[in-house]
Amino acid sequence: MNYGREFGKGIWQENPVLRMLLGMCPTLAVTTSAINGVGMGLCTAAVLLGSNVAISLLRNRIPPKVRIPCFIVVIASFVTVVDLLMNGFAHELHKSLGLFIPLIVVNCIILGRAEGYASRHGALPSMVDALGMGLGFTLALFVVGGIREVLGNGTILGARVLPEMYQPVIVMVLAPGAFITLGFVLAGMNKIEALFKK
Amino acid sequence: MEVFTTYILIVINALLVTNVIFARFLGICPYLGVSKKISTSLGMGVAVVFVMTLAAVVTWPLQTYVLENPKLDLAYLQTIVFILMIASLVQLVELILKKTSPPLYRALGIYLPLITTNCAILGIAILSIQERMNYPKSIVFSAASGMGFTLALLIFAGIRERLELTPVPKAMRGAPIGLITAGILALAFMGFSGLGAH
Repeated sequence: MNYGREFGKGIWQENPVLRMLLGMCPTLAVTTSAINGVGMGLCTAAVLLGSNVAISLLRNRIPPKVRIPCFIVVIASFVTVVDLLMNGFAHELHKSLGLFIPLIVVNCIILGRAEGYASRHGALPSMVDALGMGLGFTLALFVVGGIREVLGNGTILGARVLPEMYQPVIVMVLAPGAFITLGFVLAGMNKIEALFKK
Repeated sequence: MEVFTTYILIVINALLVTNVIFARFLGICPYLGVSKKISTSLGMGVAVVFVMTLAAVVTWPLQTYVLENPKLDLAYLQTIVFILMIASLVQLVELILKKTSPPLYRALGIYLPLITTNCAILGIAILSIQERMNYPKSIVFSAASGMGFTLALLIFAGIRERLELTPVPKAMRGAPIGLITAGILALAFMGFSGLGAH
């Protein structure tokens, strides 16, 4: 098994957000700034890593007929762990991500990887897959969050990049900006992909 | 009379001001997935209103009398319990519909399994708990949020049916143009923000 390729596919060819269009709700909701995007991405990656490894270890014990409810219980347990840890150690970030931390349970990326990958592969490949997918998700959130933060606030990761006289486009950090930014990022991905194919 | 105004305000708020899709970013996956035709989006919308209201009917007493019971002190299990409750609720509704009303089952049947992983259901259930609503208020809020989802889905499906016939640049086809349309709709919905006085 080629671990490099398993890892890399989550970042580009099968990027969960930009190519598979999974996990759109957190992508749109928490990317008001680059740091929120990265925080959400890392939380999701942690849950994905835990659930992928646990499910691949349990894959021969879970009866196929009730596998989906079992996966959901495993995922929900990891989400609860992450939720409590965040509340304890990163309280500010926990507050700004709010509702979307418990909602990691219904993030289709995690259930998708459990069903499509972890339930058929061993623990080590599942771990590599989770790391790649988690990193791909974080990267996508960072890109969307970064664009919105630069245009809507003139800063990136809190550091000013555009001159003081720049009039921030407030709408970019509001709801409509999320949809429009992600739309253009996806279109850009399609364009790059088409250029590569030529 | 005052009670009446409170409920009207909750409905207007959930329907227009803090619309599930355009302001809260919940349920984006079905929003992009099943909005190709007006008829299918109506089916999905009705199914969501139905399950969302039922979820509020079930989760509120569960939270108040079981999870927050001082003797049990199980509040940390909220995520796991709610998602399991919603998943079994969906299964139950599917079984009952199949036995009692085959025409309704044929109309809604295919949408029901999709609803379990619709983050709008879990999101609204958790939100009405977080905002400390009482029982009737949380039911009205959930039903109105479901209707807000249906409204957004119907408007979008109507636009999308026309969009199919327009020449769109190749890289923008599908999801990108859909998201940008949603962004413009969200911009329009921001105009309602003055209505939702608290």
